[in-house]
Amino acid sequence: MNHSPSDNSSMPLASRKIFVSLDTTARSRGSDKVAIQVKNILNSQPELAATLVRNGSRGMFWLEPLLEINTPKGRVAYGPVKPEDINDIINLQCFDDAVKHPLCLGLTEELPWFKSQQRLTFARVGIIDPIDIDDYINHGGFVGLSNAFAKTAQQLVDEVKESGLRGRGGAAFPTGIKWQTVLNEPEQQKYIVCNADEGDSGTFADRMLMEGDPLVLVEGMIIAGLSVGADQGYIYLRSEYPQAHDILNKAISNAKAAGYLGNNICGTEHSFHLEVRLGAGAYICGEETSLLESLEGKRGLVRAKPPLPAIEGLFGQPTVVNNVISLASVPYILSHGGASYRDFGMGRSRGTLPIQLAGNIAQGGLVELAFGISLNELLQQYGNGCKSKRAMRSVQVGGPLGAYLPADQWDTALDYEEFASIGAVLGHGGIVVFDDTVDMAAQARFAMEFCEVESCGKCTPCRIGAVRGVEVIDKIISNESDEKQRQDSVNLLHDLCDTMEFGSLCAMGGMTPFPVRSALKYFPDDFLPQPLTEKAQ
Amino acid sequence: MTATNEQGLQQIATIIEQNQTLPGAMLPILHAIQNDLSFIPSNALPLIAKALNVSKAEVHGVISFYHHFRTKEPGTHVIEICRGESCQAMGSRALEENIKQSLSIDYHQTSKDRQYTLEPVYCLGNCACSPAIRIGNDIHGELDQQKFEQILASLNTYSLELT
Ligand SMILES: Cc1cc2nc3c(=O)[nH]c(=O)nc-3n(C[C@H](O)[C@H](O)[C@H](O)COP(=O)(O)O)c2cc1C
Ligand code: SF4
Ligand code: FES
Repeated sequence: MNHSPSDNSSMPLASRKIFVSLDTTARSRGSDKVAIQVKNILNSQPELAATLVRNGSRGMFWLEPLLEINTPKGRVAYGPVKPEDINDIINLQCFDDAVKHPLCLGLTEELPWFKSQQRLTFARVGIIDPIDIDDYINHGGFVGLSNAFAKTAQQLVDEVKESGLRGRGGAAFPTGIKWQTVLNEPEQQKYIVCNADEGDSGTFADRMLMEGDPLVLVEGMIIAGLSVGADQGYIYLRSEYPQAHDILNKAISNAKAAGYLGNNICGTEHSFHLEVRLGAGAYICGEETSLLESLEGKRGLVRAKPPLPAIEGLFGQPTVVNNVISLASVPYILSHGGASYRDFGMGRSRGTLPIQLAGNIAQGGLVELAFGISLNELLQQYGNGCKSKRAMRSVQVGGPLGAYLPADQWDTALDYEEFASIGAVLGHGGIVVFDDTVDMAAQARFAMEFCEVESCGKCTPCRIGAVRGVEVIDKIISNESDEKQRQDSVNLLHDLCDTMEFGSLCAMGGMTPFPVRSALKYFPDDFLPQPLTEKAQ
Repeated sequence: MTATNEQGLQQIATIIEQNQTLPGAMLPILHAIQNDLSFIPSNALPLIAKALNVSKAEVHGVISFYHHFRTKEPGTHVIEICRGESCQAMGSRALEENIKQSLSIDYHQTSKDRQYTLEPVYCLGNCACSPAIRIGNDIHGELDQQKFEQILASLNTYSLELT
């Protein structure tokens, strides 16, 4: 070994690190095989004296598996790498500077796609070892919590109000106001419930955060507990996320061992206990009252509101239910101040939104930006058009209950009110792109079918409406219907949508008409009888 | 619903004992049983009902509400195909038809050789690399028929372990 820690031309041995992501999507692209190869090389060449870190993902998924190597200038990225590339990249010089290699991308943080983002909530995702408490602390972790210990519950709630944070789970309700309601309830058993059901197709921000920086969620939940007087938290995680489950459990166990969870956390008089509970593949259990029923061990039937969960929630006790990203944004607010968070954004949409680019998109991944960027900029500058290299035709924003938008709506700014004004929703920030081969009548039919499969069954407009919806759309697109029958069916579909929208107990039935009606309104030709040969399957 | 043998019942009794004092113990118990036995056997129901002080019908109601829980023994490999919109945008409709044909089964069915059970799933959070499927705890993306067949072949030959 000829590199001593004092050798100033190279990295100190202790910081010779090689990063390969353990994120689900990175793994789906082969990052485990790359990690095995890196391990093999490090074992067979001990003079390299480097460690392999399995980090979260930076969110540039088309570049995964991304290999990053620490150098004095910053982390140098190579990607997408295959196991057979690694031998040519890892050598003693790679810790000093970028290695000349066709897959070398330069400094990760200078990549324009990454550099132009405003990563507040995702500040550490893809950077740290997700379950390493020291790594978390070295990157600004637990600063928010230690500030929180010095404040009263009311001051904490005021700070969150000041930030302007609105719930990122879809409904965009002001988080501070929700917390105030729970704080105002007399002292008793209260709960913090994290909604990690992330059921919306086209979304994966919660998953990436839980896999890449679970401790920021833990910290956010502890602060929420201090803010409202709750000493028990649950993370309700969907069973479709086995990797997030594993990482969360490890992070929680490390946080416990380090004194951040349990009784008298960090030597204070406060206690906070935290547990992960698994869902079981029901989309409706993302709806907060259905989620609470499920946590209590029942079928996930939606509860009528009032009472609000803030007043009578889990086991009848006052409960904060917040989305993963809402809770994970709180440590930033407490470490940098509510006003600092509020400085990002536009109108009444304050702070940043982790946007997910999905579907038929060349550069899919996670972009965290202040509210206000237009859909077009995201689709072109970040997404770089369709993966199929065909023309982009339709975009669904906000999950399966969100509207489909045609090209002439893509100048809309990402802002809750702007989206509402065009009859659309931002939801959890997922954007699903379709190229010109899409059959929008099939998409509308699927929206009804999905509602039929996932309805909790409590109210008729949703349970029966969805079944009828599929039938009526089939009649509209059937080649056997004449023009009059078709027109009658279209009218019937509108009536049905009205009934579902106004007569449903929750947004499952209430918003299924959004994708259906937008498809019909913006892409009417797709609902005309198609020549049999062209009919998509 | 299928029943389990004496050994299975013993495992179930242990799981119930370990979990029954948890607040809202039903789902953790059901998950643990399915994890260990690959399904929830019919003769588990009276045991769960008794331990949680609810009716057997209630336990049945919970199991049937959730798509994840199953009451029949599945094939060696459970293949879950994502039906979400992002995967549709990348050709999952054709893919699911091909997979059904190549395995000669529909959703919720198990192949004759008891190797594969096919289930639909609505989003695996892998939407930046659609279409996606899940086999066991592994999630595969950017799938086409060829890649699917490679994965099937590899299932039967080796499994990758990272130490
Ligand atoms: C059908 C349906 C599904 C939902 N799914 C989710 C979900 O997966 N994750 C989530 O955070 N919120 C979901 N919500 C919203 C929740 O009901 C609730 O508004 C949210 O958890 C509150 O947290 P927030 O204020 O931090 O957003 C869903 C709502 C409905 C009606
Ligand atoms: S709208 Fe649908 S999902 Fe919501 S309560 Fe009614 S039946 Fe249940
Ligand atoms: S929609 Fe298929 S993985 Fe998300």
